[in-house]
Amino acid sequence: MEKYPGYPEEFWESIEKVEETRDRRLKEVYRRISPEEKEELLKKWHPDYRPEGKRKLRIGPNKGDPVPNEVADLLEAHALINPDEISLNQIDYDVDILIIGGGGAGAAAALWANYSGVPADRILLATKLRFGDANTKMAQGGIQAADRPNDSPVLHFIDVMGGGHYANKPELVRALVEDALRIIKWHEELGIMYDKDEEGNFIELSGGGTCRKRLHAAKDYTGLEIMRVLMDEVLNREIPILEFSPAVELLMDDRGQVAGAVLVNLETKEYLIVRAKATILATGGFGRLHIQGFPTTNHYGATMDGVVMAYRVGAHLVNMDSVQYHPTGAAYPEQIVGQLVTEKVRGLGAQLVNAEGEQFIYPLEPRDVVAAAIIRECYGRNKGVITPTGMRGVWLDSPMIEIIHGEGTIKRYLAAMYRQFMRFGIDMTKEPVLVFPTLHYMNGGVEINVYAQALDAGGKPIPGLFAAGEVSGGVHGKNRLMGNSLLEINVFGRRAGIYAAKHIKHASVGKLTLDHVRKWEELLKKEKIETDRKAPILLPDYRGSRVLSRAINIGI
Amino acid sequence: MAEEQVAAKQPKMKTVTIYVMGKKYEVPEGLTILKALEYVGYRLIRGVGCRAGFCGACTTVYRLKDDYKLYTGLACQTTIKDGMYLVMIPFVPAKKPIYDIEKLRPEGSVVISIFPELTRCVSCNTCTKSCPQEIQVMDAVQEILRGNIEKAAHMTFDCIACGICSMRCPAEIVHYHVFQLVRRLYGKYIAKKSKHLEEKLKALEAGAFKEELDKLVTGGPELWKKLYESREIEK
Repeated sequence: MEKYPGYPEEFWESIEKVEETRDRRLKEVYRRISPEEKEELLKKWHPDYRPEGKRKLRIGPNKGDPVPNEVADLLEAHALINPDEISLNQIDYDVDILIIGGGGAGAAAALWANYSGVPADRILLATKLRFGDANTKMAQGGIQAADRPNDSPVLHFIDVMGGGHYANKPELVRALVEDALRIIKWHEELGIMYDKDEEGNFIELSGGGTCRKRLHAAKDYTGLEIMRVLMDEVLNREIPILEFSPAVELLMDDRGQVAGAVLVNLETKEYLIVRAKATILATGGFGRLHIQGFPTTNHYGATMDGVVMAYRVGAHLVNMDSVQYHPTGAAYPEQIVGQLVTEKVRGLGAQLVNAEGEQFIYPLEPRDVVAAAIIRECYGRNKGVITPTGMRGVWLDSPMIEIIHGEGTIKRYLAAMYRQFMRFGIDMTKEPVLVFPTLHYMNGGVEINVYAQALDAGGKPIPGLFAAGEVSGGVHGKNRLMGNSLLEINVFGRRAGIYAAKHIKHASVGKLTLDHVRKWEELLKKEKIETDRKAPILLPDYRGSRVLSRAINIGI
Repeated sequence: MAEEQVAAKQPKMKTVTIYVMGKKYEVPEGLTILKALEYVGYRLIRGVGCRAGFCGACTTVYRLKDDYKLYTGLACQTTIKDGMYLVMIPFVPAKKPIYDIEKLRPEGSVVISIFPELTRCVSCNTCTKSCPQEIQVMDAVQEILRGNIEKAAHMTFDCIACGICSMRCPAEIVHYHVFQLVRRLYGKYIAKKSKHLEEKLKALEAGAFKEELDKLVTGGPELWKKLYESREIEK
């Protein structure tokens, strides 16, 4: 029998070192580094600080602001549709509220709009793939809420601000930490199965950068459990859903309001016109843009469509220069490279160790700090493990969890992770897993206020436009903490639903127009941006280069 | 480490033969079914979702060389094998019944009244054998028939609603919709409510944190920094 059946022989010597040092490390707590050391580490090793990865925008409300090249490529692009080819005379759906995006934020918005008195048939939820196809389902670790006796929304607030490098909008953070308790209560009422102790209190863990144990989890399927219950409730309330119909452009009216969207049926390629008094963007983030060539944990549909569309109607973006790389993406085996290894693994006690079996960072520093430390270990100090495909990674010493919390803990609380690695022959209860940072989250996005209204460059709400979830920006500053995205989609999805319901009571829509798209094309000319790029891109293209080099369009 | 040293450790690419809906393709060894489909030129719209085993979009059925069995799996989580003969299932037709969770009781009979086909289960266990999440699907159905909602809820927690079991079930049960109802009944009616949450929420609504948060929101970076750097961190 092979010593480490899940791994190639070249890894064995290093795994032995991890095992040899394990007893000693169980008693060893790596020191937390000082704020100055953090800053130096980030500057030298975090991908966000590489100047060649960014450029200044040449167009739009954020002109002059640096953003990742991949983001600039899509913001400095032509529209996907030609306004002259679209007829606005035939309205396919005439509703009060259009929700674009079928993830957690979209579902929460739909429910709260309905609770607030908007009849189900006056709402339309349009989504690019299936209802529920979103990063929400893939969120594993948990959701933050300060409900334990030694915790408070005040401490939660301080953690969020510090984690975000004080670049957060404080009033949004306040909404996040206060609403957190209301959201978890709502979830209890809906029947979401959180992990609880015998008294019914939540089993809560620490996350990176939190000063209290505050993460509520449903095993390591937390996002899946939240998403499927919200979906079940949306369907029970018979709120209309339009699947495989992404928005490709927002509609405006002759009074400068956002008034719906142009959708495209992905299967028939016909376009659909939705007129709405309020439009809620809940389209998620940008993992599938593979910023700086990183693999991603994100869903297939995470292509930043909402930011592209909002930018063209004048929405201001905040913290778009900031990208979250999750410290622990799988680095081996090849089949799952880049997929998420939840922070909960570290929350339960697994340490990060290099090829020599030595710790090099406190495992629950904020995410950007841990990611930078791993990159330094692999490329600065050459103490990573090299995989057969040439990737590098460090060990996440998962067997420690079984020693600290008892045998069976991994299967019980990390069922998804255990299954993920077992499928490829790696038993994480006995062997460590190899990890490297992976593109995880769009920290910034469309600037919103506490009513989830999208704002223009002057800080004024864009009438009729709301945004919630990853597409929005401001709440997380320049680095999101674990467990605050599942929280954010609920908090701001709820607020978008409530305030959109309020908005439509006194709103009316004028004559529909796509003039903003025509103006955008003129602006591209004026700024001398010559490109054949079009956006939004809707889906990434992973077809093999051999096929693409020979593909021809035969009109079928 | 020099690039050539890294390159030297990379093995040469071997290929295997797969049949996509009967059509033969050579693809690099070691790919998942999903990546193999893309490699040969498919740009997927149906049959792809999270690409990480959480969403159940990429249900695939296949046979292997010299093997009569029909296998099922998730395309994003299954490595291709030489001679694999496969098709992706783009959609599972299974309509979800509408119910008002507020008006239900957490009892087996309630679940059966909404899904009467549950009683047609012949205990063939095909569902369990086909589950990519290794859920004891048939046993969970039996627990519901016995009225044990709590047990069934926990047993089916890892369900990703791929629908493979429902496609294979001779009793035409739509397991994942049944299990969704069962879990909500457990979460809402059987699981105890958190007292900690109740108390903290009461304090919040009574304004216990208002003054401090008022100060913090307008406090500015210096105050935030001071407080952040002097936090006491729970062990």
